[in-house]
Amino acid sequence: MEYEAIIGLEVHVELKTKSKIFCSCSTSFGAEPNTQVCPICLGLPGTLPVTNRQVVEFGIKTALALNCQVASYCKFDPKHYYYPDVPKNFQWSQFDMPIGSNGHLQINVDGEELVIGIARVHMEEDAGKLIHIDGPDGGYSLVDYNRTGVPLLEIVSEPDLRSPAQARAYMEKLRTILHYLDVSDCKMEEGSLRCDANVSVRPRGSSTYGTKIEVKNMNSFRSLQRALEYEIERQVNLLENGEQVQPATVAWDESRGVTTVMRVKGESSGYRCFPEPNLVPIEIDSAWIERVRQELPELPDARRQRLIDDYGLPLYDAEVITSSKELADYFDRTVALYPDAKTVSNWLMGDFSRLLNAHNLEPGQAPVPPQELAALLQLQQEGTISGKIAKQVLEEMFASGKGARQVVEEQGLIQISDAAALGQIVAEVLAANPKVVEDYRNGKTKALGFLVGQVMKATKGKANPGLVNKLLKEQL
Amino acid sequence: MNLCELTAHELGELLKSRQVSAVEATEAAINRIEAVDSRVQAFVTRTVEEAFAQARAVDAARSRGETLGPLAGIPMALKDNICTVGIRTTCSSRMLADWVPPYEATVVSRLKEAGAILLGKLNMDEFAMGATTETSAFFPTRNPWDLERVPGGSSGGSAAAVAAGEAFYTLGSDTGGSIRQPAAFCGVVGLKPTYGRVSRHGLIAFAPSMDQIGPLTRDVTDCALILNAVAGHDSSDCTTADLPVPDYRAALNTDIKGLKIGVPREYFADGLDPEVAAIVRRAIDKLAELGAICEETSLPHTEYALPTYYLVAYAEASSNLARYDGVSFGLRVPGRDIEEMNINTRTEGFGPEVKRRLMLGTYALEAGNYEAFYLKAAKVRTLIRQDFEAAFNKYDLLVTPTEPMVAFRLGEKGNKKPLAMAAADSYTSAVSLAGLPALSLPCGFSQGLPVGLQLIGPSFAEARLLRVAYAFEQNTEYHRRRPALEVA
Repeated sequence: MEYEAIIGLEVHVELKTKSKIFCSCSTSFGAEPNTQVCPICLGLPGTLPVTNRQVVEFGIKTALALNCQVASYCKFDPKHYYYPDVPKNFQWSQFDMPIGSNGHLQINVDGEELVIGIARVHMEEDAGKLIHIDGPDGGYSLVDYNRTGVPLLEIVSEPDLRSPAQARAYMEKLRTILHYLDVSDCKMEEGSLRCDANVSVRPRGSSTYGTKIEVKNMNSFRSLQRALEYEIERQVNLLENGEQVQPATVAWDESRGVTTVMRVKGESSGYRCFPEPNLVPIEIDSAWIERVRQELPELPDARRQRLIDDYGLPLYDAEVITSSKELADYFDRTVALYPDAKTVSNWLMGDFSRLLNAHNLEPGQAPVPPQELAALLQLQQEGTISGKIAKQVLEEMFASGKGARQVVEEQGLIQISDAAALGQIVAEVLAANPKVVEDYRNGKTKALGFLVGQVMKATKGKANPGLVNKLLKEQL
Repeated sequence: MNLCELTAHELGELLKSRQVSAVEATEAAINRIEAVDSRVQAFVTRTVEEAFAQARAVDAARSRGETLGPLAGIPMALKDNICTVGIRTTCSSRMLADWVPPYEATVVSRLKEAGAILLGKLNMDEFAMGATTETSAFFPTRNPWDLERVPGGSSGGSAAAVAAGEAFYTLGSDTGGSIRQPAAFCGVVGLKPTYGRVSRHGLIAFAPSMDQIGPLTRDVTDCALILNAVAGHDSSDCTTADLPVPDYRAALNTDIKGLKIGVPREYFADGLDPEVAAIVRRAIDKLAELGAICEETSLPHTEYALPTYYLVAYAEASSNLARYDGVSFGLRVPGRDIEEMNINTRTEGFGPEVKRRLMLGTYALEAGNYEAFYLKAAKVRTLIRQDFEAAFNKYDLLVTPTEPMVAFRLGEKGNKKPLAMAAADSYTSAVSLAGLPALSLPCGFSQGLPVGLQLIGPSFAEARLLRVAYAFEQNTEYHRRRPALEVA
């Protein structure tokens, strides 16, 4: 039987506000344990929370970017569970009135455009971190409350995803949008972007859902895809063997490449949510929403369309360039100086991206500023250097941080376009390769390439390739 | 002259004219506490050294010629659910018996700013849950008018200390009547301000949608003075109202001619002690005699107030008190694992009344019960609020007995009889659900025990309540009576 996977993602995003959601403690990552805490985020008796307006602003911004309806009235509700990572034994979250609902985003998988529903976007506080120390009698646990109260948005998709590849594309698209909005660092490895998945399988064509498994502990896009692939296969095998899937929460084990059961889901009396009396409800009037809407940056889909419409870039190029806000910004700034958009795009997707990866840099950190890339392309276009040399120059620019013209001049890489000088070299190459010349004259046109290569070699790549071709053909 | 018989504003005049120093006033209060508190048992913690240090600082400031406020140098005390930095704040619970807050309540900062002298922290029902101060994990407080009787609760220590002359004024907190009821039982003035009038930052929560801090004083003028010192917006409490605070004392006068007062008949029904009823009726006649127009009216949803109050308050308490788990503050009773530590800590840390309320509140919020209990209560709460809104379209204020009876005997309605104790909340809880201001003042005596008159106003009409209370007080003598706690 053929099966179909049903996947929904719950994504937690740490917002990059300066202070926590209900107190004025810093949110910065990596401080000594329990140094970014105060009576409020420690939940001491008698303390009261005050909502950070910036969190609401980021919530509205994100909800709008994800095409959600923004609530005109929303509130916080305590969500109760006994666990020492939350010092109050409840977490302030939004239960029945999230700040955003009924949204969607678009993904492109294998050339297919898909619209993925977003059920809700809500604000909540992060929990602390527990560290378990092994020892006799089962060891002990330490808790670090620095992260307690860091603002989170939880973004819950509809169960619209049908494959691990789609889930990954959704996650990547969501991260791109959040980057464009500048509301989060979105670093999965630091935990500022976290993802849990709900996955079930059913026979293709069935209209009822199978038993849902919640998958946790996926710390990269790759592990999200691998974990889902594994989990779907596991569930299909169970069904194929006539067994049932038991509802559970499982954890992805990256090193072993398997999921393991964390807890079996049973009856629960729920989280006992009710409207938090210590936090006044938030009224979001249309003027506020409109102001945030006006201030929204150009989002990836719109930007992609602009690159296609204004520069005539192919869809593929536009997709790749806009998948990173920094790369798209780099593109715009380069094209402003060097208007041949397709050439810029080729370079950005090719050597530029390769060198970024090699140096482990984000586009915004490139040692080559847009005006220097534009200068390099200009040198090539003028014929001062060849395309091949240009690649070599870019490499050097990345390594040394020097400008294009400086590298070209220092290394004497200016293209030889002097017909007399080149003609001399061409003659020498022909004289040295009589057999190849013979082949060419007998109709082996491919032999020309070899001869061009020999001229390039003799000139250390500096010969103007067009001129070399012309001279060779003349002399042959 | 026995300083301890004075009101705060009378002492304030003596301090201002330098007839008495703050150190002398503090000495008098501490001597009084030494003399009577072994019998009254109002104090959980005494802060004698701190009090003298503060008093010396006030005297020094005065001798430098600094302008000081009306409360400078006046000794007072706080209910022990109001956080004081460096001074243990126990909520009269084993859970917090050794807990020393690292921060202080906004009201404490404001009183310190005004030059108040803190004598200590006052006994209460555990976590403010009770109406007799018998649920205190430490000891019961006694009613200064009859040591065999309760002072009321949960601010029993706050009311008893004022009645016994151990403090010139105190702060209490009121969730369902916890200032007004002990004020009535102890024959003092007690004001529960409008929800949002006084900051709750640093008040250890019982039920945050109703908790309010308020003064307990010997007369209405003191009540106005203290309210002025503590009221007003606080950026640390987003539920405080950003409204100007009037000069309550300046607004006091005895002219209440033409004021329309409603007398809700539901508060004069079965269960009201006949002698209390007669005393309250005479007080209403007195108001009429002073020119007020008093008419019978109705608050039709009154009978639902008590169950509604319990559901809302207990549900909120079950949430707020979840934090007492032995992990990072307060009592810790070890266990084999974290869950057992949580259970052991809560089992030993909370008394029976707190446990009862937490279980009921937890039940009311559980999946499957929420709609039938918590949500239903939230809806009825709206109806109760609307009752009052309708009444205040017709009347400037409402008047009722504060309590249907006088102070009862210790053990009579305590721990083992939760429903009997519940009756004590029935005249005060509707006001709490509606978030309205209400004041209790002495209006007579029944068998030698004080009877309280409850004045209820629309939101932020504290000045009006104080004015009517002042008019009544200036034309009666009850506030001048002091219990006969003969000093041994």
